[in-house]
Amino acid sequence: MPVPKKTKKLLDKTGQTDAFSFKTKTKSFFASKRGLNEDVIREISAQKSEPSWMLDLRLNAYKIFLKKKMPAWGPDLSGIDFNNIHYYVRPQDKVKRSWEEVPSEIKDTFDKLGIPEAERKFLAGTGAQFESEMVYHSLAENLAKQGVIFESTDDALKHHPDIFKKYFGTIVPPADNKFSALNSAVWSGGSFIYVPKGVHVELPLQAYFRINSENMGQFERTLIIADEGSSVHYVEGCTAPTYSSDSLHSAVVEIIVKKGARVQYTTIQNWSSNVYNLVTKRAAAYENAHMYWLDCNLGSKVTMKYPSILLCKPGAKGEIQSLAFAGEGQHQDAGGKVIHLSGNTSSTIISKSISKKGGHSTYRGLVKVVPGASKVKTRVVCDALMLDKASRSDTYPVMDIKEQDVAIAHEATVAKIGEDELFYLMSRGLSEEQAATLIVNGFASPIVKQLPMEYAVELNRLLALEMTGSVG
Amino acid sequence: MIKKSNLQIKNLRAAIGSTKILNGVSLQINSGETHIIMGPNGSGKSTLLSVLMGNPKYEVTGGSVVFNKKNLLKMSVTERAQAGIFLGFQHPQAIAGVTFGSFLRLAHNFVAKERDSKAVPIAPGPFANLMREEMSKLKMDQTFIGRFVNEGFSGGEKKKSEILQMALLKPSVAFLDEIDSGLDIDALKTVATEVGTIQKEQGLALVIVSHNPKILDFIEPDKIHIMSKGKIVAQGGKEIVAKIERGGYDALLKN
Repeated sequence: MPVPKKTKKLLDKTGQTDAFSFKTKTKSFFASKRGLNEDVIREISAQKSEPSWMLDLRLNAYKIFLKKKMPAWGPDLSGIDFNNIHYYVRPQDKVKRSWEEVPSEIKDTFDKLGIPEAERKFLAGTGAQFESEMVYHSLAENLAKQGVIFESTDDALKHHPDIFKKYFGTIVPPADNKFSALNSAVWSGGSFIYVPKGVHVELPLQAYFRINSENMGQFERTLIIADEGSSVHYVEGCTAPTYSSDSLHSAVVEIIVKKGARVQYTTIQNWSSNVYNLVTKRAAAYENAHMYWLDCNLGSKVTMKYPSILLCKPGAKGEIQSLAFAGEGQHQDAGGKVIHLSGNTSSTIISKSISKKGGHSTYRGLVKVVPGASKVKTRVVCDALMLDKASRSDTYPVMDIKEQDVAIAHEATVAKIGEDELFYLMSRGLSEEQAATLIVNGFASPIVKQLPMEYAVELNRLLALEMTGSVG
Repeated sequence: MIKKSNLQIKNLRAAIGSTKILNGVSLQINSGETHIIMGPNGSGKSTLLSVLMGNPKYEVTGGSVVFNKKNLLKMSVTERAQAGIFLGFQHPQAIAGVTFGSFLRLAHNFVAKERDSKAVPIAPGPFANLMREEMSKLKMDQTFIGRFVNEGFSGGEKKKSEILQMALLKPSVAFLDEIDSGLDIDALKTVATEVGTIQKEQGLALVIVSHNPKILDFIEPDKIHIMSKGKIVAQGGKEIVAKIERGGYDALLKN
């Protein structure tokens, strides 16, 4: 396949003209290291020239990983073969994946989404650079003036060791679960953000502006600290399908929202259908702080993701909104957890799922109120929409309330796309597919409209794409 | 120029499961005509309209329907709508999260394109203006454009929204199912007047199902049909209605 002109030009500029001719090299690399042991972890740490405390943390986490059992309460994870995974891919190896190796279904979706050529290469992990680099540089300068740190997590460990060590692993300790232990042992890439006291970052920070770093890694680690009275919105991912040749993505995200601060963390992910996406996300919110998770999940084979919020001090507020789309052969097991550790705290969980062609979606949620945390307010809403009889939806809302003086609201609905609704819309001249897409878009709209404009447009387009050929 | 339309229903039979609802309905409808169908509850009036629109709930068990020389019964719901058939629902469905304006624009542009491949889609701004113009004729609140389709609409608002859709989708044959129920006398007058105007402008053939003789104060029918037990049992002019008003359907059906 010839290299498209536009891409060729771009690659020439960056000195990557040979990015398409590494097939044999890639193969030999793939044949080398699979599987995990202490030596692999030592090598990861050495490659990154890490301080010894991080190596110790990794080795200790690895021991925990070996001891911990696989979670047996959720989706089927028996397809994961820990010995058949690359735990570390050096950046210089990463760019050498060839465009030919990207599955054609993903290339098709790029076409349909109208994603620029250069961006496609980057998203598919086959390109190293793309055009918004300049945008990033001016953004970075402006942020640096305000004292904001926005780097890859690897760089932050080198550049800001004190603040890093103070917070790393405090919200999601390695021993939290088997996959947080695995991530702690082999983490690489991810974003590190520190926002100083009183600073409001006006534009959303987006991971894909950080060029040449490993934000697309499979074991990325993100740490965000919003100091007192500050605010920041971080956007992870994009609607283009994220292609991964390996089948396990296991990230950890930790967020500290200090007194009076606000953090919004927006995720839009669309993994290729071979990926187990098992992510631990947790935030701690202090006095009058506000944490908001907005999580949209498409694709993957299995996703297990329950963004969590610890409401630690009075006035803290937590919001979790999620949207999941489970297609053929997919299981989306998602939801949210809120732990009210203090009185006078409030939380909202809104979860919406769509299943089609035998797709399976599960809402799994926990609201916990500890003894003495009085005057807590919480509201949980979970809605499921099924497009056909073969699809499945389950709801497991757990409420663990150890305090009398609380206000709790819980609503759940499960609906099938109704014949009457379809008939009504089709009687206006819409095709069955258009009618079903409209119903799905309407169902998703309360979540989608929370997204930044360009993402909302893309997500609607993607939902329409998912609906193509799903009726009849 | 107004295109002439013609709908011929012959001996139409339909059932839901094993329950027969239509037992041989015959009816001929031409452009510009107004037909009113009346009859006791459960006589099959609403089913007739629903079957003609292609509701998959019902099975057609016999008879034929020819629309402009085509076999209507072989067409999908979508194809019928695109060919110019419209059904004003007695109970329109609510569609959560979808704004009335965006839905109607989508339908309008799609239907226009199907009817004429050279049709240019109308952008949201100009389409909203078209909607506003029609809405003021129907005395509808302008905020409708941004509200979700039929969600939280009052009975009267739902009926007006059906007529608004009819006005913009420009069908050639419209079935209006109890378009007068839930309307107060002022709203009935507004709706009936607007339906009459649209009919004149577009040469629309109208079939109106009603329980309420009051509608005859505002709409002049060409023919009134009385349905009972899945059949048309009487036809005539306004004099039939006078008979019903005096003695109920029983008096009429005995003859």
